[in-house]
Amino acid sequence: MTRKFTPWRVLRETIFYLLLSAVGVFMALPFVWSLLTSLKDDSEIFSTHWLPTHLTLAHYAEVFQVIPYGSYILNSFVMAGLGVITNLFLGSLAGYAYARLRMKHKNFFFRSQVASMMIPSIITMIPTYLILRSFPLVGGNNILGQGGYGFLNTIWAVVLPWAVGSYAVFMMRQFFMTLPEELAEAARLDGCSEFRIFWNIYLPLCKPALATLAIFTFQAGWNSFLWPMIVLNDPKLKTVQMGLQVFSSNHSTNYGPMMAASIIAMLPMILIFVFAQRYFTQGVAFEGGK
Amino acid sequence: MTLIREHQGAGGAGGESGKPYRSKLFNYQQLMGYLFLAPTLIIFFLFTVLPSLMALFLSLTRYDILTPIKWIGLQNYQRLLGDSVFFVTLRNMLLYVVMFVPLMVILSLLIAIALNRPVPGMRFFRTLFYLPMITSSVAAATVWVWLLQRNYGLINQLLALVGITGPAWLADSDTAMIAIVMVTLWQGLGGNIILNLAGLQGIPRMYYEAAILDGANAWQCFRYVTWPSLRNTTFFITTVTLINAFQLFDQAYVMTQGGPGQATLTSVYYIYQMGFQQLQMGYASAMAFVLFLIILVFSFLNMRFNPEVAS
Repeated sequence: MTRKFTPWRVLRETIFYLLLSAVGVFMALPFVWSLLTSLKDDSEIFSTHWLPTHLTLAHYAEVFQVIPYGSYILNSFVMAGLGVITNLFLGSLAGYAYARLRMKHKNFFFRSQVASMMIPSIITMIPTYLILRSFPLVGGNNILGQGGYGFLNTIWAVVLPWAVGSYAVFMMRQFFMTLPEELAEAARLDGCSEFRIFWNIYLPLCKPALATLAIFTFQAGWNSFLWPMIVLNDPKLKTVQMGLQVFSSNHSTNYGPMMAASIIAMLPMILIFVFAQRYFTQGVAFEGGK
Repeated sequence: MTLIREHQGAGGAGGESGKPYRSKLFNYQQLMGYLFLAPTLIIFFLFTVLPSLMALFLSLTRYDILTPIKWIGLQNYQRLLGDSVFFVTLRNMLLYVVMFVPLMVILSLLIAIALNRPVPGMRFFRTLFYLPMITSSVAAATVWVWLLQRNYGLINQLLALVGITGPAWLADSDTAMIAIVMVTLWQGLGGNIILNLAGLQGIPRMYYEAAILDGANAWQCFRYVTWPSLRNTTFFITTVTLINAFQLFDQAYVMTQGGPGQATLTSVYYIYQMGFQQLQMGYASAMAFVLFLIILVFSFLNMRFNPEVAS
């Protein structure tokens, strides 16, 4: 096919790019607009000037003065980070066992875990809260789980229920399946332990899958809102998203600091996205391929 | 049956059939396997299996943490039938789903087809379109509250440029849900565009070449090649979008607190209020179960409309 610049073709391509740009503007404007607002003077925020005449970081300073946003950020990092560590380690251990170890009943367990991904989280929310609350021998509870608050109001209430998601197990299992079995056979003949076969031979080959899983787990932890709000009452344990929500509902007309706080809450994920877009797209595409 | 066996042979233990089950090596591997699985299975039992069973039990009781649990049979479900607020939330969810799901499915497909064209600039547009999906729902909602502000919000300023007086989006019960649809579309499109692009790239080029040889135009190529080939992807997107749409909470909580009135009160929001603010945990569990059943019915209907994929 030869490509000629006929008028019809030029018109068609112009319309194509115009439409795509319109969608692009819709996608980009919330970022651009919130960034601009966060850098404007108060007087300019409520005006029809779109561009700030001079830039100020005052709103960012204000956020940290009004609420302990720094410690919220730290809390979120710790909770999301712990989630990444447990999901990567336990998820790949289980995924490896499902994919490569010979044992009875494993298909039953695996299928149960896959099927459980269909259960909406709203069903398990209240019982999970009660289980965490009456966990025996923690948080002032006796052996019967009474007397105290169990794991509630600790970071474990956020970390434990999602310490190893079925999704992580499933994803790692599918990845281990693609690796050749012969690597293990040779090591086994040399008397290598199963854990070392897993840890020293197979796990290093999983780096792309682990990177994708790490990003998705971190994102889920960093962005989660409803569950931390339910199980954490202690102001010292608040997460970024909880802090942002309370801040914006208390200062609902103070848009400068509100936008500054939003930009800060989005920043870690934007940075990860810029440097690891490939893992994002691979991860999403994998989800659809299951 | 043979299919399942083959699958197990290829997918499972590898060479299970050849070796006897009771060898020393097998015992050792099995022991290690259970050790590897133990933490996962314990957590799976404690935080997925047990809660699911407990939810059903709780829905048949009255429980507020402070006083002892009391078995009341189907009374929670009876009460639900007369709870007008719960029906308001269901109506709201239906309104949201009817607007959100078709828009999501159609727009994500159209945009993916556009981005799949071999013309310059598509890499840039892809990155741009994926970006919103990484934002948290709270941050996205907060930013959009400002964008939709009545007098100085960007949306109404842009509308004013073309001579339209924009509404007070979030304060008006007619537009509040539309605003939430916009925000969730903005955030959710990227992921589904990726899925559609992956699907489009999986269609063999020769299908199109054959269609063009037969004299098909662009629309016919889409209708008879692209659309049928993407059936699995579309089905997956519709299912996941439906399930998530029925569980809308964050955006409604941040942007409108369920208001104005009860115009954006979602079912999950109401369950949260009942369960954790009023501590009516039995009743909240019953509502959660009914919501689960409604989601199941919709997933089932979706399957009936796509019989080839579901089977």
